[in-house]
Amino acid sequence: MRLITPLRAVAGWLEARTGLGAAVTPAATHPVPRRTASWWYVFGSATMTLFALQIATGICLALVYVPAADQAYQSLQYLNEQAAFGAYLRAIHFWGSNAMVLVMTLHMLQVFLFGAYKYPRELTWIVGVFMLLCTLGMAFTGQILRWDQDAYWGLGIGASIAARAPVVGSTLVHLLLGAPIIAGRTLSRFFALHVFVVPGILIALTGLHVWLVLRLGVNEWPMPGRVVDRETYRERYEAEVHRDGVPFFPVAARKDMIAMGVVILAVLVCAAIFGPNGPHGVPDPTITDASPRPDFYFLSLFALLALLPPWTETVILLVGMPLAIVLLLALPLFASTGEKSWRRRPVAVLSSLLIVLVVATFAALGVMSPWSPVMDAGTALATPVTYVQDRSPLELQGALVVQNKQCRNCHSLGGEGGARGPALDGVATRLTRDQLIRQVLQGGGNMPAYGKNLTPAEVNALVAFLETLRPSNQPPARAPEGARPVARSD
Amino acid sequence: MCGNHDRLPPSPPSRRGFLFTLGTALSAVAAMLVGIPIIGYLFGPVRGRAGQAWITLGGVASFPEGQTRLATYDNPFRVAWDGPTAKIACWVRRVGGEQFQVFAVNCAHLGCPVRWFQESRLFMCPCHGGAYYEDGSRASGPPPRGLFEYDYEIRQGQLWVRGGQLPTLAGPV
Repeated sequence: MRLITPLRAVAGWLEARTGLGAAVTPAATHPVPRRTASWWYVFGSATMTLFALQIATGICLALVYVPAADQAYQSLQYLNEQAAFGAYLRAIHFWGSNAMVLVMTLHMLQVFLFGAYKYPRELTWIVGVFMLLCTLGMAFTGQILRWDQDAYWGLGIGASIAARAPVVGSTLVHLLLGAPIIAGRTLSRFFALHVFVVPGILIALTGLHVWLVLRLGVNEWPMPGRVVDRETYRERYEAEVHRDGVPFFPVAARKDMIAMGVVILAVLVCAAIFGPNGPHGVPDPTITDASPRPDFYFLSLFALLALLPPWTETVILLVGMPLAIVLLLALPLFASTGEKSWRRRPVAVLSSLLIVLVVATFAALGVMSPWSPVMDAGTALATPVTYVQDRSPLELQGALVVQNKQCRNCHSLGGEGGARGPALDGVATRLTRDQLIRQVLQGGGNMPAYGKNLTPAEVNALVAFLETLRPSNQPPARAPEGARPVARSD
Repeated sequence: MCGNHDRLPPSPPSRRGFLFTLGTALSAVAAMLVGIPIIGYLFGPVRGRAGQAWITLGGVASFPEGQTRLATYDNPFRVAWDGPTAKIACWVRRVGGEQFQVFAVNCAHLGCPVRWFQESRLFMCPCHGGAYYEDGSRASGPPPRGLFEYDYEIRQGQLWVRGGQLPTLAGPV
């Protein structure tokens, strides 16, 4: 009690001079519709909290990190191994970024399904889309600052995508890299983007976004049948808030505060358990046994680029993706009135579900990347014992060919090996001897032709071995009627 | 600044009007003078684009005939703080005699580092599964073309290539 009186006096003195309390209190306690004091409305403030966490940990990391290509890697290792709490702060920054992208996505899904982007909050949505783009920009540039092999080759992928732009492709690559090739000037560029440019824009957009929310009011709980009409909406909203509103602080803010605490704690727990990410290997481009993978936000894009038919790639990258962004931005302009409730918007619900499922599926495929050859299969994987038992010398020679010619980089045997091509277990039930020879020599269906790389004796042995690969209870493949056998090469 | 002129009868230019015009004009000039160097600076890497330079990869004898070997060179446009990224790798295939093929390690699809497999005589990409034959032509997967190939020359028993720029579809080496 004795302490409170002088504190009050200081607060009163500050208030008399700044007037900040009088300015902020009405904003904090403004009335909001009663039902918006809901757990569904906490994702926005949670995202903002995570952004604040990123700024705090980011500033700490910048105190030690050296944004120079020759020392960045060592400074990260110093952070990981020597700086007090360095590894933990790096881990918080990494898991915080993951959480920020995730919670922001939840926020976006929620405002989409609750029709919050409709009149008069169109601009709030549009600003939000730019904030999403900035956040993804932070994710990409942050991944580059890790300055390891993933960063180096990630830049290579980014530059190669930019290079596909007609006419200006080469200009874009040089602008992006700040040099003719990925090197020191590239890292400095991305450091400036990650630390000054993009966060600056993001802070400004956050201010505008919150201002718009305060000015236009929190989106009311959507009720089926309560259609948005430009003539009457604002009047009805004001009336509802005055009749049945609650002050944002503390009534609605209580749940926000709990959500803020929960997401921060979740990030801290993840950081403590899983630790920081990388750096993975010195960014030396002469180490060609790198297997670059993006962070999770870009895994679905990574997978998409492996699975698209090659001829559609450039169009989808240069037209499809910008078009998707324009569509997101334009959404409130062509759907600004009408029903808000998800119960009356089946297309909105289904398209949200579809997008989430597609992105998640692609991301999962990106983790597994079945299209990537298993680079060390030829030396790392043994031929399953059952496939070499009771085989003739010729067939055993064929098993050696499979091993030595790195067939298992793309084809699995006994569940081990690449998934680029079909598994070879049981191949004899699908292909006849002639078809096997043709496939090996000429390739096709995404398989390279091995005609020039195998001697006739090797082909003969290989095919003899492949013919043994079938379960004993299944017959070998039979040639279609009228097919002429290829002359045996032995 | 001239909004009043619509409503008021025309009057001789006042001192206030002059100062306002002068202030606006001065600010515009200042903004332009600051803006020009900033834009020039940002676009510097495009404007002063160093093309390619000839670099030696070492004696021809270090590349056995009929084999493909990894060779590395220092980026001719390096800066002092490039560190490990100053190095560039390429695959050198000596077809025979003085006939060579020098490939960029960057996959023609999206720039990942392709690896040479001596036994299957293929280049394979770890990212999206592109594969190339030993002569650099596309074998399978998403690449839209064969591997990027450097220009090369033999000068006094040394193999020289023209490089230094990131090979992409827009600027193949």
